[in-house]
Amino acid sequence: MKHKTFFWFVLPSSLAMLLFIFVPIVSVLVQSVYVDHEQVIKEVENCGPFGCTTTTAVDQEATQALQQASPLGRFAGLDTYLDRSHLAIDEVRAAWNSSNGMAEFYAKVVNLPFYKAMSFTLAYTFIVTPLVIIFGFIIAVAVNSATRKIRGPLIFFSLLPMMVTPLVGSLIIFWMVDARGVIGAALQYLAGDPDLSVKASTPLTWVMLMVYGVWHSAPFAFIVYYAGLQTVNSDTLESAMIDGASRWEQIRYVIIPHLLPLTTFIALMQLMDNFRVFEPIVSFSASAHATSLSWAIYNDLGGETRQLSSAAATSVLTILGIAILLTPVLVRTWRDFSRK
Amino acid sequence: MTALTQRRSTALNVLLIGILVAWMLMAAFPFLWTLWGSFKVEGDFFSKADWVNALTGPLTQAETGRTFTGAGYHGAWIKEAFGLAAINTVIVCLFVVTISLTFGTLGGYALSRSTYRYTFWFLIIALIFRAMPPITLVSGYLPVFFQWNMWGKLSTAIIVLVAINQPFTLWMLHSFFKNIPKDLDESAMVDGCNRFQAFRHVIVPVMWPGVITTGLFSFLLAYNDFAVTAMILSKENQTMVPKIASFLGTTQTKGNVMFAVAAVVSVTAPLFVMIMVFQRQIVSGLTAGAVKG
Repeated sequence: MKHKTFFWFVLPSSLAMLLFIFVPIVSVLVQSVYVDHEQVIKEVENCGPFGCTTTTAVDQEATQALQQASPLGRFAGLDTYLDRSHLAIDEVRAAWNSSNGMAEFYAKVVNLPFYKAMSFTLAYTFIVTPLVIIFGFIIAVAVNSATRKIRGPLIFFSLLPMMVTPLVGSLIIFWMVDARGVIGAALQYLAGDPDLSVKASTPLTWVMLMVYGVWHSAPFAFIVYYAGLQTVNSDTLESAMIDGASRWEQIRYVIIPHLLPLTTFIALMQLMDNFRVFEPIVSFSASAHATSLSWAIYNDLGGETRQLSSAAATSVLTILGIAILLTPVLVRTWRDFSRK
Repeated sequence: MTALTQRRSTALNVLLIGILVAWMLMAAFPFLWTLWGSFKVEGDFFSKADWVNALTGPLTQAETGRTFTGAGYHGAWIKEAFGLAAINTVIVCLFVVTISLTFGTLGGYALSRSTYRYTFWFLIIALIFRAMPPITLVSGYLPVFFQWNMWGKLSTAIIVLVAINQPFTLWMLHSFFKNIPKDLDESAMVDGCNRFQAFRHVIVPVMWPGVITTGLFSFLLAYNDFAVTAMILSKENQTMVPKIASFLGTTQTKGNVMFAVAAVVSVTAPLFVMIMVFQRQIVSGLTAGAVKG
């Protein structure tokens, strides 16, 4: 295909991506090194019958003029990155100096907003991803062993947790886990503690969010593995059986190697998607116990004051995190490609 | 695989059936429970006394005189104008799907036919964009949208969702067009068509299966989005998902959680139908990238 024809064909979609993905990324980078102008304060003298008093007030006009002159705000360099709600260098140093041991240091650091979000995001990503792969595989093997007739409905119900809007799916789970809901009541009965509330406890909230994550994503791994199981070479399997391989050995030496490339694909997609965990935290109203990087950005942007610089700095740090997660995969893809 | 089925021991069979039953319960039960409960009053759905009340509904009986009540739906759709949000969702989804597919088929076709090295980089950059959490882009949009008075409008949300959709659409359609033999359009070009005519008259008639599958996922992305629509749409233009989130803020204090429950069921119902009708396409779409790649 000629360069020119190629250019016209990809123009609409590249333009969309350039304007609404690439430019915003640049704009986020720029915003993160600027902060809002300080308000100009002027002294006003109020003279009344009982003498004069001076008060300070915001000079609206001067502030406006400053805003007009440089709409981006004041250049702040890396200040936003280093402040208390992001990397919090000073606080981390203080915690390091005042702590006697790692446990205490860790406990202090995870109370800082950024590290709190980071610790949950990472824990969620690296606990949910392997669990999704394991459960997806088990479900795929089980469905594959069922008679053909009932596989259709089995797949239909399996798809539900994944296809349903994440915000809605997590709300459904949240209402059931509520102390007055059916799972909540069951947990209280099992624990023998009538006051048990998942919402009120940090570890239980974490567990709940991760259980939701596995519930939501396991169907994806299941579908991919199930499709992979349909293409297992039956000759290889039969010869393994003739050679006396037990059922477990067949899985271990024939099926798992066959599914390995699929596992890389699932892991890649899951790492990307789990790193952006966000909706369940909103649905579970879990922000007191668990926050994520995406939630931190959402929180900065919403509400009365839109803290754009703060949100931008968190966005940049999130993008860096994604980049670090993806580098191994990209390097491998590039190697494969250059080998061809 | 038939030989394997015969050799399976009873213990293994019990285990497999156990796994299937447990998984089916986990996957389907929450939805059935919520659907049933959405026709009860709050005191039954969130019962302090006994969870069985959510099934039998004694308080619903006492308060409304029947065991089922549509009060939650009435509240959500009539009092809280959920219908307006539903119309907004329909508009957003319709336009997002149409525009993404138009852009995506053109781009995906070109990427599958060009043999130059830059197509690889194009796809890699698209993959990187796919990995960006959409919410990280939002703080880049807001100042510009405020400045140019674009904030809050449905059209803005549509174009943003189209852009966020593009990387995925391109990847999917690119791998789909790869499977359509090159000879097809090349012979048309030998007969005197230019590239676009070949695409229009030869490729378009055979591309629908792939386009439908990709369209389903574009639809899901637009329908399910919360991060972008919650931040970009004004209150009167809200789509269904951010509307539900705003219910949570206001109605929980008023004791009208049942509005949200009814709204949640209303949002899930179309997805239910969609999965039922398009199950085959969804499964093939989910595995397309993996099995080939």
